[in-house]
Amino acid sequence: MAQIKSLEELRRLRERVERDISTRRDTGTTIIVGMGTCGIASGARETMRAILEEVRRRDMDVNVTTVGCIGMCNKEPLVDIEQAGKPRVSYGNITPDMAPRLIEEHLVNGQVVEEWVVGRLQEDE
Amino acid sequence: MSEPIYRANVLVCTGTGCDSSGAGSVIDALRGEVERRELQGEVRVIETGCRGFCAMGPIVIVYPEGLFYCQVQTTDVEELVEETLVKGRILQRLVFEVPHSQQAVPFYDEIPFYEKQQRITLRNCGVIDPESIDEYIARGGYEALGKVLSEMSSEDVIEEVKASGLRGRGGAGFLTGLKWEFTARAPGDVKYVVCNADEGDPGAFMDRSILEGDPHSVIEGMAICGYSVGSSEGYVYCRAEYPLAIKRLRLAIEQAEEYGLLGDDIFGSGFGFHLKIKEGAGAFVCGEETALIASIEGKRGEPRPRPPFPAVSGLWGKPTNNNNVKSYANVPQIIRNGAEWFAAIGTPRSPGTAIFALTGKVENTGLIEVPMGITLREIIYDIGGGIPDGKEFKAVQTGGPLGGCLPASGLDLQVDFDSLRQAGAVMGSGGMIVVDEETCMVEFSKYFLTFASAESCGKCVPCRVGGRRMLEILTRITEGEGTPEDIDQIKEIAKGMDSDSLCALGQLTPGPIMSALRYFEDEFHAHINEDRCPAKQCVNMISYYVSPETCVGCGMCKRECPVQVIDGERRMIHIINQDGCIKCNTCFEVCPFDAIVKLSGGEIEVPEEPIPVGSFGK
Repeated sequence: MAQIKSLEELRRLRERVERDISTRRDTGTTIIVGMGTCGIASGARETMRAILEEVRRRDMDVNVTTVGCIGMCNKEPLVDIEQAGKPRVSYGNITPDMAPRLIEEHLVNGQVVEEWVVGRLQEDE
Repeated sequence: MSEPIYRANVLVCTGTGCDSSGAGSVIDALRGEVERRELQGEVRVIETGCRGFCAMGPIVIVYPEGLFYCQVQTTDVEELVEETLVKGRILQRLVFEVPHSQQAVPFYDEIPFYEKQQRITLRNCGVIDPESIDEYIARGGYEALGKVLSEMSSEDVIEEVKASGLRGRGGAGFLTGLKWEFTARAPGDVKYVVCNADEGDPGAFMDRSILEGDPHSVIEGMAICGYSVGSSEGYVYCRAEYPLAIKRLRLAIEQAEEYGLLGDDIFGSGFGFHLKIKEGAGAFVCGEETALIASIEGKRGEPRPRPPFPAVSGLWGKPTNNNNVKSYANVPQIIRNGAEWFAAIGTPRSPGTAIFALTGKVENTGLIEVPMGITLREIIYDIGGGIPDGKEFKAVQTGGPLGGCLPASGLDLQVDFDSLRQAGAVMGSGGMIVVDEETCMVEFSKYFLTFASAESCGKCVPCRVGGRRMLEILTRITEGEGTPEDIDQIKEIAKGMDSDSLCALGQLTPGPIMSALRYFEDEFHAHINEDRCPAKQCVNMISYYVSPETCVGCGMCKRECPVQVIDGERRMIHIINQDGCIKCNTCFEVCPFDAIVKLSGGEIEVPEEPIPVGSFGK
C-alpha cells in the first residue's frame, strides 16, 4: 500500500474509494429493475448485470435496485429510472444490449428514450 | 476501477451485542446463500459496528433501500436473500414493529428509535466496515489530520477545540481544549497522549462501540491531540474484556501505519505519532486517570493525590493528556466542520451530543446518541418506547454506579452536564438505567453500592471503610433490621467519603444512595419504621396469601411450590403456610386466576385450613 504524503493524495484516494460505499447513501438517481418471477424469466438478471457494467464503466453515481412484479409482465424486463424531482420513467422489454443506450441517453444526455417508454409515474403517486 | 459496482450492500452489525445474539453465523449464512445464487458480483455483505438497537439484534440493513431487518437468524437467511436480494421485495416478518401500535416500519431512517437521535460521534458506527481504512477515508476520514498538519499551527488547533466548547466525555465534563492547552504549555520535551478506554460502568458500552465500529476516529483524534500538545507517542488503555475492540483497534493502527497516517513524518509534515495499546485487567478504579497511568507504567492500579495533574506530571512523570474515547472521536469532525458547527449542536454550555446506553425497563434498549438538551422524557418515551407491560415509570439512574437517580418529576429536565449535576445525578460516562414501580429504591442503591465498594482499590480509608459500612447499613435496612439512626449515619459517612476520599471513586460512591434519599426518603422510612417495602421486593418484608374470594382450587400453586408449603385439594381454597414460605414468587407467577396476593406491611383474612371454594365468609 502506498503511503499518503499529502492532503491532495488523501483526497484522491477518497474519490476512488467513495464509490465503494455509494450504495449506502441516496445518490438522487435510482435505476429500478423488475425482478419478479416474470422479470427473471424474461432475462431481467442479464439486463441488470449489463446496467451495472455500464454504470461501472462510466463511473456513475447512481443506485441500482430491484423490485417485485408490478403486473405488466408482458413488458418485462421492466427498467425504471427515477431522478429526484422528475417523474419516474418506466421502460419495457429492455434487453442487455439496450442498457448502454438507455443510460447514455437518459442519464448522461438527459433525454428520455421515448420509443422504449411504457409509462410514467409522478413523484407522489 | 476494476472493482465491480455492487447494486446492494448488506450490512450486518457485528458489535458485541449483535454478535452474542448470533450475528457471526448469520453473516456466514448470508455469504453462503449469496454465493449459492451467484450474486457475489452484485451484492456485498459487510460487517459493521454497532447500530445501537441491540434489543433487536442481530440487525441486518440492506442498501440502497435502507431496509431494516431485526432479530435475523440463520434460518431467515434463505428467504431474506430470495425475497429482498433476488426479487426486490420487503420480507415483512423481519421488519421492525413499533411496540404497542404494532405498526411495521421497514426503513431504517423512519424507525422512531432513530428519529430523535443525532449521530455525530457514532456517525460511522454501523455504516462502514470498521476493518477497512478505505471506508473510513471514503467518509472523510483523516482529512482533519491532513488539514491540521498542513494548514494549522498547534495553537490554532487548541483554539479551535476550545472554541467548540467540547467537554470531556468521560463524565466530569472538563473543557477538552483547556486540558490540551495545559499539557501543551507544560515544560518538557517528551509528552504523552492517553486514551481512556477502560469503560467500567456495568451496562455501559459506548466506548467499546466506537472502538469496534469506528476505531480510526479515535486514532485520528489522538494524532491531532499529539500534534497540538507536542507529543509523538500515545497509549490507548483498553480493558482486556473487550477483545473485539482491541482486535479492531490493532488492525486499524496497522492500516494507518501502512498508509503513513501513523508513524514518522505524517503527510510529509515532519510530525510523527506512534500509537500503542495497553490492555488493562478490568479494574473499575483504573478508569480514574492517575490509577490508569500507574497501570500503564506496570504498577498496581491505584490513584494518587492530585495535583500534580497529569497535564504536568503524568505517564512516567511526563506531561500527559488523558481523554475519553468519545472526546477524541469528536475531534476530527470539529476540525473538519469547524468549531461553530459543533458549538451550535446541543446547549450553549454543553455543546454536542451525549451517548447513553439505555437499559432497564424500557421497550427499546440499546445505544443512543442525542443532542444535549433533550429531555429525559424524550429519551425514555420517544426513543426508548416507554415502560413495558403498562407499568409506571419510577426512576432513571444516570452515570452508572457513581451516578444518581431522578424521579418522575425530573422527566422534563433537559439533559446536559450541569443540569444533571444540579439535580443530584451526573452525566458520567453515559449509563442510563430505567426502573419501574416494581423496583425498591433501597435495594436499587444497594446494588450500585455493592459494585462500587467491591471495586474500591482500598488505598484510602474513607472509600475502603466508608463504602463497606454504608453497605452494611443498607443491607440491614433491606432485611428489616434498620433503625431510625441509620439514615443520619448514612449521611454522615457520605459526607466524609465525599470530602476525604482520594479519587472520584470514593467521592462519588455515595451518589446513588444520596439521590435515592433525596427523592425517595419515604421508602427508606417505610423500611425502617413500618417494616414495609413499598415496592414489595425486600423478601423479609413481604408475604404471600391466597385470596379466599378468588381461588378456584385448581391446585396449580400447590404443584409448583418448590418448598411445598401450600395446603389444599381440588375445589378447596388453598392456604400458604407463612412460616415455611421462602417468598420465591413462584405461586404469584403461575396462578392462572391472579388469586395470589403479595403484601408488605399487612395481612388479609384467610381460613385456618382449606375449605370448599365459595364457602369463605359464609
